[in-house]
Formats: sequence, C-alpha cells, structure tokens
Amino acid sequence: MFAIAAIALLIAMFLGLARLFKGPTLYDRALAVNAFGTFTVLFIGVMGFLNQRPDFLDISLLYALINFAGTIAILKFFRYRALGDVPQKPEGDQ
Amino acid sequence: MQAMIIEALSWIFIISGAIFLLIGAIGIIRFPDFWSRLHALSVCDSAGMILLVLGMMLQAGLSFITIKLAIIGVFLFITGPTATHAVANAAFMSGNRPKSYKDDKQEEENA
Amino acid sequence: MIKAILTLLSLAILWVLMSGLFKPLLLILGAVSILITYFFMRRMNKIEDEPITIALKPFKFLGYCIWLLKEIALANWAVTKVILSPRMPIRQNLFSIPHSQQGDMASTIFANSITLTPGTITVETEPGYFLVHALSFSEDDLDALADMDGHVAAIEDQRYFKTPSYQSTHEKVED
Repeated sequence: MFAIAAIALLIAMFLGLARLFKGPTLYDRALAVNAFGTFTVLFIGVMGFLNQRPDFLDISLLYALINFAGTIAILKFFRYRALGDVPQKPEGDQ
Repeated sequence: MQAMIIEALSWIFIISGAIFLLIGAIGIIRFPDFWSRLHALSVCDSAGMILLVLGMMLQAGLSFITIKLAIIGVFLFITGPTATHAVANAAFMSGNRPKSYKDDKQEEENA
Repeated sequence: MIKAILTLLSLAILWVLMSGLFKPLLLILGAVSILITYFFMRRMNKIEDEPITIALKPFKFLGYCIWLLKEIALANWAVTKVILSPRMPIRQNLFSIPHSQQGDMASTIFANSITLTPGTITVETEPGYFLVHALSFSEDDLDALADMDGHVAAIEDQRYFKTPSYQSTHEKVED
C-alpha cells in the first residue's frame, strides 16, 4: 500500500517538475516549487514507513519548514528585490 | 476485528490521498492559465495531504510517530493556504489579472 | 512572568515529544536550545509593535474545524470533477466579499479557510473586504462564502472587543 502511494507521489513530483520547466511566468514556477515541496514532504514520510524507519519523519518535518520559508523568501525577493529589511514605500504605491 | 477495521480504514485513506495528490498534479499540468493552476495546487494541499497523513497516523498507532505526523499535518494545514495566498498575491501585485468569465463570453460572441 | 514559564514549559514539552529519548547529553542539548529559542522570542516580541491576542472560543473553534473539513471534502469533489472532465468547464471570476470579524486572528482564519477550500482563493486583503478568485463561479458561491463568514464570526469571543481601544484590551487579558 505504501509502495502504491510512493509511486503515485513520484509521478506527481515529475508532473510538478514538468510545470517547473515549462511554466511561462515566474509565478507558475513559484507555484510548481511549492507543489513539489509538498509532494516531497509527503514522499519522505511515506518512504520512512516503507523502509520501517520512522526517523525519516524528522527530515520530512524539517523539509516542510524549509519549503515554506523558501517559498516566502523567493516571493519577497520578487516583490522587493531585497531579503532583509524592506525599503519603505509610500502607501498604495506598489 | 478492530485491528482489521483500522487496517482497512488506513488503506482507504492512503490510497484515496494518493489519488487526490495525483489528480492535483494532473490539474497543475492540464489547466490553461496561472490562476486556475492555483486551484489545482489547493486540491493537493488540502484533501491529498489530510487523507495521506490520517492514513499514516492510523498505520502508526499510538506512539511518538503519531504525534510527529500530527505536527506535520497541522503545520502543512496552516502553511499550505498561506503559501498559496502569497503566490496569488505576488502575481496580483505584479499586474497579472485573471480573465473573468464575462470576458470569455465576449470573446466567444466576437468570434 | 507566568507567560515566560508557560513558554519555556511548552518548548520543553515539544522537545521531549520530538526526541523521545532521555539521555543526559540530549537533555542538556535540549535545555540549551530551549533557552536560545526563548531568547529569540523575547527579541522578536520587542520588535513587534502590536501583540497578538487569540480571542476565540475553544469549543466553538473545534466545531468550526469539523464543519470546515466537511466543506473541504465537498469543494474537493467539485474541483476534482472540473480537473478530470475532458472539456474543463472553467468560469473564472474575481469578486470582493465583505468580512464581519473584529479581530485580526478571526479574519486571518476566514481568509485562510477561503484559500484552503479548493475552488476559491483569497487574492488580496483590504480593510473590510477580501478579493476572492473562484475557479467555477456561480451565484451560490457568494451565499456559501457569506455563510462561512457567519461561522467564523460566531467563534470570536466578543468579551475582548467591549472596550474601544485594542491595546487596552490586550493588557487586561494578560493579567
């Protein structure tokens, strides 16, 4: 049963990668990275069950944290061209 | 008897979760534009993730593993929509506007 | 003071749940990392201007979670049908929906619930209303979202909003 789930997740990850290469706009790629991260988190968890090694769940939790922070960091960089303190802009001027 | 019911339930949850994740991935490939792809991602983030994590929790039984799975599930439950909203808002801010169904209708009438 | 002890205690519980081992070396490492985390939290709270208040009714919140899971299941079915149908009947639309929550926490929950339900995504938040993008829009969506708005407003604890100033209510809660 875990083997079926792992194969389905692998196919889903490849579809996400295909969108990552094909995606016409930047935001399509950001979306594909986000989806790929979610698939990977679940894939690592399933692999832990498949190999009878539940320690993999720690890696999966860490990957979930890094994936979220990474997505937000990429989008912040797109918008402000800076990762640290955001340069102050007047209200409503984007 | 009870063990069998739990086993069957976890089977159902894991297989249906995998199917929903696959459907979401197909949606990410098939949909024609960015704004509809966001909705396909939302299927993976909610239904697929919840069902798969629930199935794994049933399979693990009562232990530390279940708690870790619950923490992963709650974390993904909160951050999934937040990340989706961040992508959508960034695209909206950069001037990427969705086509509304009224525009589609007008195009069809013109054509 | 009570807040500091509660924070340290919850961090310690989290460490024990995540490691599950009781060797002396690991416990010492855990204590050090808890103290470092607490130091960073203190530093963050100094930078943040407005403290966050969780003004929710706990039992109603649990009921809302169950209701939300049911909504997610129904919406998933609808979006799955759109993805798998050969013609993909997409009717995209962008519309604004008013929200009636008073606190930041409850309006965040409402916006996140909209995004979590497949088929609708919160695109932009303005004071008083959200811009929502729908995949297959119909007039019923407006009613469904207004219904969800009512559900979220019901889990808010009104006691926190009696006094006009947000800051003064927070100090009262902390005692």
